[in-house]
Amino acid sequence: MENHPAEGPSRVSRRSFVGYVIGGATLIAAADLGLTPSAANAAPIPSVPQIPEVYDLNDFLTHCAMPTSNLIAIEVDEKGHAHFALPRMEVGQGITTAVAMLIAEELELPVGHVHVTLAPARPELLFNQLTGGSNTIVSVYTPVRVAAAIARKALLEAAAIMLGGAVTQLTTKEGVISLPDGSSVTYGEAAAKAAKPTTEKVEVELKKTSDHKVVGKPHRRIDAREAVTGKKQFAMDLDIPDALPTMVCRAPELNGTPESISNKGEVETMPGVTHVAIIPTGVAVRAKTFGQCIDAVRALDVTWNSGTVGGLSAKDIKAELKDGQIPLAVPKIGATSVDGEFTFHFRSGSALEPNCAVADVRDGEATVWGGLKSPIDAQGRIAKALGLPQTKVTVNVVQGGGSFGRKLFSDAAVEAALASKAFGAPVKLMWHRADEPRQGRVHPMAVSKVRATVLAGSILTFEQRHSSVATDFTHGLGERLTAEVAALPTGLSNLSFSESIFLLSQELPYNFGVVTQLLNEPKPEVDRFNTSSVRNIYSPDVATASELMVDQLAKKLKLDPVVFRRRYLKSDAVKRVLDRAAELGDWGRSMPAGTAQGIAVHKEYKGATAVLVEIDCRPETVNREVRDAVTGPRITKAVVVADVGLVINPAGVNAQMMGGFSDGMCQALTYSNHLVDGQFLEASWDNSAYTRQWNTPFEFECEVMESHGGQPGGVGEAGVAASMAAVACAYARATGEMPTEFPINFNEPIHFKPKSFIPSVPESPTDGLAYTF
Amino acid sequence: MPSHTFQLNGETVTVDVEDDVRILWVLRDVLGVTGPKYGCGINVCKACTSHINGKAFNPCSVRVADIGTDDEITTIEGLADTAPGDGLHPMQEAWLEHDVAQCGYCQPGQIMTAVALVNKVRKEGRAITEADLDTIRNVCRCGTYSRIREAIKTGQDAMARGL
Repeated sequence: MENHPAEGPSRVSRRSFVGYVIGGATLIAAADLGLTPSAANAAPIPSVPQIPEVYDLNDFLTHCAMPTSNLIAIEVDEKGHAHFALPRMEVGQGITTAVAMLIAEELELPVGHVHVTLAPARPELLFNQLTGGSNTIVSVYTPVRVAAAIARKALLEAAAIMLGGAVTQLTTKEGVISLPDGSSVTYGEAAAKAAKPTTEKVEVELKKTSDHKVVGKPHRRIDAREAVTGKKQFAMDLDIPDALPTMVCRAPELNGTPESISNKGEVETMPGVTHVAIIPTGVAVRAKTFGQCIDAVRALDVTWNSGTVGGLSAKDIKAELKDGQIPLAVPKIGATSVDGEFTFHFRSGSALEPNCAVADVRDGEATVWGGLKSPIDAQGRIAKALGLPQTKVTVNVVQGGGSFGRKLFSDAAVEAALASKAFGAPVKLMWHRADEPRQGRVHPMAVSKVRATVLAGSILTFEQRHSSVATDFTHGLGERLTAEVAALPTGLSNLSFSESIFLLSQELPYNFGVVTQLLNEPKPEVDRFNTSSVRNIYSPDVATASELMVDQLAKKLKLDPVVFRRRYLKSDAVKRVLDRAAELGDWGRSMPAGTAQGIAVHKEYKGATAVLVEIDCRPETVNREVRDAVTGPRITKAVVVADVGLVINPAGVNAQMMGGFSDGMCQALTYSNHLVDGQFLEASWDNSAYTRQWNTPFEFECEVMESHGGQPGGVGEAGVAASMAAVACAYARATGEMPTEFPINFNEPIHFKPKSFIPSVPESPTDGLAYTF
Repeated sequence: MPSHTFQLNGETVTVDVEDDVRILWVLRDVLGVTGPKYGCGINVCKACTSHINGKAFNPCSVRVADIGTDDEITTIEGLADTAPGDGLHPMQEAWLEHDVAQCGYCQPGQIMTAVALVNKVRKEGRAITEADLDTIRNVCRCGTYSRIREAIKTGQDAMARGL
């Protein structure tokens, strides 16, 4: 089936788009980054159905990008290789590979001849340089292909002159242009001739989807070889002259600040140490090695000001969230109401690569290198912190070692810039692991209340009230929303930014009569807790609550969970993924007592996901011993079926679903931060209990369904919500008890001895040779 | 400043650094060998896993003074040279075959652990079991665990064939 994008701004005819050949010495083909048709056509929003069905967060992100109308360019060099600086950030989600595939497809080049790098901060792009909301491929899909098609057209025209033939006679394959008589030129040879002295407007047609040879086939990550040989460079691997290791000694309380240092001189004379200085978030130490930074941080004697959450603990925050909840509209009516209330605890958004950045701030100028998903926002924040004009700050984007929402913010880059300024010397600043769960950004704690009304076999109402600690969206998105507010669908303009994001992303895919899902943040200040839109923002928690309730409704109506869902689902795409997951996972097979299957669906990012799991909650499994580890119930098998719209790289989608599953599973079972007396206790991976090998399913299967849509959807986050919900549903079915607190082990005795808060980082052990194998 | 000599990826290296600096920082900050990554500094995340005399170890938790002149340290950069032929180590090839890496930050450590684990069970005269795979402590925050398990089985077979 062939699909065409709808009419867009620079559209000429079917599949025909306008772009440019940029004047210059080499061939540079460009297209407007705002060239994305779908958002322009988003329809006005009727009150029913829910907003995301016609205009979702991706439309909003794409829509925000449009007015900036800026060019992205592909350059073809003398070797015939294509170069493209992507105004987004690669953090493992596979966007550089997918974009290289799109360029290779349209330009008829081997993928290995396409080099995708990350663009530094380009302030002229305004909003349009933010990597989030699983929006990259959705927003660059059209402009990247247009630029590549223009480059190919220019090469063909040059080759026609060189070979003495007509453009229509030419064929291109693997970077070589040939005439039927066998004469040929390479892209490299043609590129020099194809360069234009002045910029020209060019019209091109894009390939039909049915003619795609690269797009839609699995492709290995373009940086795979660098990754497995240790050559892939992250920010801390860069060799920036004189940028010495720097770490920060942090307060014992969350967001506490430094008042004074009593032993600065003494610490400055420790081995390797070059500088010690107070910065707003702590005391920065620069040394010859990070090991010596750790020693110096441990030796510092600092007087601290108190933090931002006083002596509060998780139970206090829970009470606060419950008190502030928006009331349900439908009263509780005896046997017809099905009620549930679910608590989702804080969980760290840390990646394995800690927050880090390199900064060189000298002589009124700043240069920063870091894994930054909002580099323009970072540039502004750094300029403000340093008291420099934004034009004096250069922000270079480096590939990141994971993000999960964390790298939307530039916390480490701002600290690095401030430390470099204080020291008058370049720094390579990195957070200690202990700092990450304790002071780093977390997924906001939330309480979700659900009430459904069932009468005579029908679901009349389904209400969800999600009360959450405020999510920090101040990474450049907020200002843009304010600017765009007039363009937004009716009904969104009076809401807070978080409420808008919530409404744009949450969609209950069932026909449950009157459906309302509302968010509120009883305390909207974002500087109390350090939060961020950790992978998939609200959806995993909202979906876990609603899917558990869906199972309850099925039970009340004495229907099998799959049969019930199929009957009430309103989207064919969701029904398809549900049916396929049930089939692949052999839904309903007989299982021993204490084990069970669970299934859940989710609709978002212009796609649909269904996850089926099998869980083992038998005592011999739950109580298995692994040193310093959280074991508990084990997911033995997982099946993920996803419809993500038009697929660029099935291998990349598969990888994102597996990663999303790992997140969703541990969020249901093991992964959290415990807030006790104003401090998060966790300070290590063994404390936080993210998924490890001893939690990993023995069988994992993912199927990416052939899509019925002609546009790509979002992939990076789409696997989390249904995974978390399916694990929760399976646990409920295996144990006969619906879990209401997540992760389910949250109220068990803490499995570790909390590390010291003063000093703020643990000493590195010296007994490593006792653990060799 | 004390001087320390050891074998690194087939070459003799000498560094002038304090005795108690952990080997991870000698490798990364002094010698510029950045394949081993920092993820915790307390021998938990295993991102820095390398080999000492053919066995897996975590350089974040060993002082440079505690290794001798003849001790052979292999990092991910030197792994390929420990296998026959000019190409990659069979475990690296298995990682490519299964397209394991996402962000790639943990993968050097994962591969070094995998090679040591396969060698360990082979010395015990047996093949890798699910229980063996469950003992791997390396954190992958991108959640590539299932592909890691598959790649290790492939790498084990290739190592057994002497590839």
